[in-house]
Amino acid sequence: MSLNVFLQHCLTGISLGGAYALIAIGYTMVYGILRLINFAHGEIFMIAGYFMIFATANFGWAVGIPVTLIATVVLGVVVERLAYKPLREAPRMSIMISAIGVSYLLQNLTTYLFTALPKPYPEIPILKQIYNIGGLSASLVTFITPILTIILVFILVYIINHTKIGMAMRAVSKDFETSRLMGIKINKVISTTFVIGSALAAVGSILYFTDRMSVTPFSGTLPGLKCFVAAVIGGIGSVPGAVVGGFIIGICETMMIALGYSTFSDAFTFVLLIIMLLFRPTGIFGEKTIDKV
Amino acid sequence: MKKTTRIILSIAAIAVLLAVLLFLQANERDYGMVITIIEKSAIYAVVAVSMNLLNGFTGLFSLGQAGFMAIGAYTFSILAIPASSRASVYYATGINPIIEHAELPIPLAMIAGGLMAALFAAVIGFPILRLKSDYLAIATLGFSEIVRAIIASPQMNTITNGSFGLKKIPEFPNLLTVILVAAICIAIMVLLINSSYGRAFKAIREDEIAAEAMGIGLLHHKQTAFIISSFFAGIGGAMLARFMRSIDSNTFKIALTYDILLIVVIGGMGSVTGSVLAAFLVTASKEQWLRFFDEPLVIGGVSVPFFKTGLRMVVFSVLLMVVVLFFRRGIMGQNEFTWEGLFGLFKKIPNLFKGKKKKEAI
Repeated sequence: MSLNVFLQHCLTGISLGGAYALIAIGYTMVYGILRLINFAHGEIFMIAGYFMIFATANFGWAVGIPVTLIATVVLGVVVERLAYKPLREAPRMSIMISAIGVSYLLQNLTTYLFTALPKPYPEIPILKQIYNIGGLSASLVTFITPILTIILVFILVYIINHTKIGMAMRAVSKDFETSRLMGIKINKVISTTFVIGSALAAVGSILYFTDRMSVTPFSGTLPGLKCFVAAVIGGIGSVPGAVVGGFIIGICETMMIALGYSTFSDAFTFVLLIIMLLFRPTGIFGEKTIDKV
Repeated sequence: MKKTTRIILSIAAIAVLLAVLLFLQANERDYGMVITIIEKSAIYAVVAVSMNLLNGFTGLFSLGQAGFMAIGAYTFSILAIPASSRASVYYATGINPIIEHAELPIPLAMIAGGLMAALFAAVIGFPILRLKSDYLAIATLGFSEIVRAIIASPQMNTITNGSFGLKKIPEFPNLLTVILVAAICIAIMVLLINSSYGRAFKAIREDEIAAEAMGIGLLHHKQTAFIISSFFAGIGGAMLARFMRSIDSNTFKIALTYDILLIVVIGGMGSVTGSVLAAFLVTASKEQWLRFFDEPLVIGGVSVPFFKTGLRMVVFSVLLMVVVLFFRRGIMGQNEFTWEGLFGLFKKIPNLFKGKKKKEAI
C-alpha cells in the first residue's frame, strides 16, 4: 500500500469516525445521566435520514437541514418522555428492555411507512463536490466531517463545563438522587440531554448518509451499536472519550475494509470492545467507579 | 386443593393436549399452518426458557442468544446433512475434507450442537461474566455479531458455506417429535431451576453481594448458568435449523435475540411457564392472529387506509411497548402456573365486571 493510498484510507476513516463520534456522544451523554444504553439511538439516527429525504424533497436541502434537525430532536424527546420517563424508578433492566422495544417499534414503523426498500438519499451538491488536496481527492463532506465534529464537540464541552444547564448535567450524572434533592429539575436536564444527543445524531446522519446514498429501516442498527462501542472504548460518560472512540472505530473499520477483510470489519469492532472491557473496563477517559454495598 | 386433584388435573390437561396434537398430526394436510405455528412456538419456547434462565433467574442480562443458536444450528447441520447430498450443498466452494464424512445420527448431532454452543460459552464466559449488567449485554451482543461475521466470511466457505448458507437439513419427522424434544429440554431446565443450583441462581439475582456473603461462588454459578443456557440455546438453534431446513448467517441476526427477549419479557422474567405461554401467544399472534392487519380491509365497500404490509409488526411492537411500560411483570411475573392460580383467576373475573378494583396478587 503506497503512502498516498494509505493517507486516502486514513482520510475516509477519519471522516467516518467523525460521523460515529457525533452519534457516540448521544450514547455517552444518555448513559452518563440515566445509566441506560439507549438502543433506540441508532434508530433515531436512521429516521433522521428519512426526515432528510422528505424535507429535501419538499423544501430543498438548505431548509431541509434545519427541518431535519428539529424533527429529530422532537422525536428524541418524545421517545424519552413516552418510553423512559415512566420507568424512572424501575429496575435498570426494564428501561433497557424498553429501549430495545422502542428500537423495535421505530424499525417496524419505518418499514411500514416507507417499505424495507432502500430510499435514495438526497444529494447536496456542495457537499459532493470533489476536491484535491496534496494528491488526496475526496468529496467536501469527507473533509468537512472531522472539522465539523471537532467544532461541535468544543461547543458541547463548553456548554457542559461553563453553563448552568451543563453544571446540572454533571451533577445529575454524579449522583441522581442527591442532585434531585438539591433542587435540580431532573426531567429538564434529561430532556436537554436528549435534545443534544438527537441533534448531534441528526448532524451525524446527514454526514454519514451523504456518503452512502441510501437509507433503509435497518441501516441504523449496526452503526448504532458500533457507536455505543465507540462510547465504551472512549470511556462511557465522557464526551471527549466518545469522540476519540468514534475516530478509533471509524479508522479501524476503514483499514479493515482496505486490507480486504470487509466481512470482519463489523466483528472487529466488537472484538475491540471485548478486549477493551477486559483490560480497561472504564475506557480510555473513564473514571474508576467503586461498588458500594 | 389436594395434591391428588392437582395431579389428576395435570394428567388430564396433558392428555387433552396430546389428543389435540395427535389429531393435528393425523390431519396434517388440513392444519398445515397451525402445525407450523406450534412447531415454531415450541422451538422459541426452548430458547426463551434458556434465555430466562440467564436473564430472569440469574439476573445476567445477556443478549447473545442468537449467536449460540447459530453455533448450535451450524454444528448440527454440518454433522446431520446426509453425506450423499453434501456435494450439492457445497456446490460453490467444495467441502472441507475434515467434515466431508463426519456424519452423526440426528439426535447425537443435536446434542453436539448444544455442546459446541456450551463450549463457546465456557470459553467466552470466563472473561466476560466479570462484567456488570449493561456491559455484559453489549459484550454478548457483540459476541453474537462476531459469530455471525465469522460464519458468513469467505474464509469459512468450505465449512459453513459462507453466505450461501446450508440447505437440505433433515427436517422433523412430525409434530410430536418437536414437542417431545422441546418438552425434554424445558423439563431439564425446570429440574435445574428447582435444584440447589437454581436457588443459588435466584440468590445471585436478588443480591450478588449478599449471595456471595452466604458462600455462593459467584463466578462459578454465573458460569454454570451461562453454559447451560447456551447449551439449550444451541439445541434450540439445531431445532430451528431442522424446522427451517435451510439456514444462513442472516437467520441469526440481532433481531432474533430481540424476538426471544420480547417473549421472555411478555411471559415474565423469572417464570418458565410464562416464557412457554408467551412463546405460543407471541408466535401465534405474529404469524396468524394479527395477519389481518397486513391485508387490505374493506368495510361496506370502503377500503380502510393504513391496512397494508407491515402494520401487523407495528401493532405488535405497540402491544409490546404497552406490556413493557404498564405491565412490567409480564403475564406471569415471577410466578409459575398452578391450578390454584388458574381457578383463582376464574373467581376474580366476576369481580372485574362488578367494577371492584382489587389489587391483584398474581
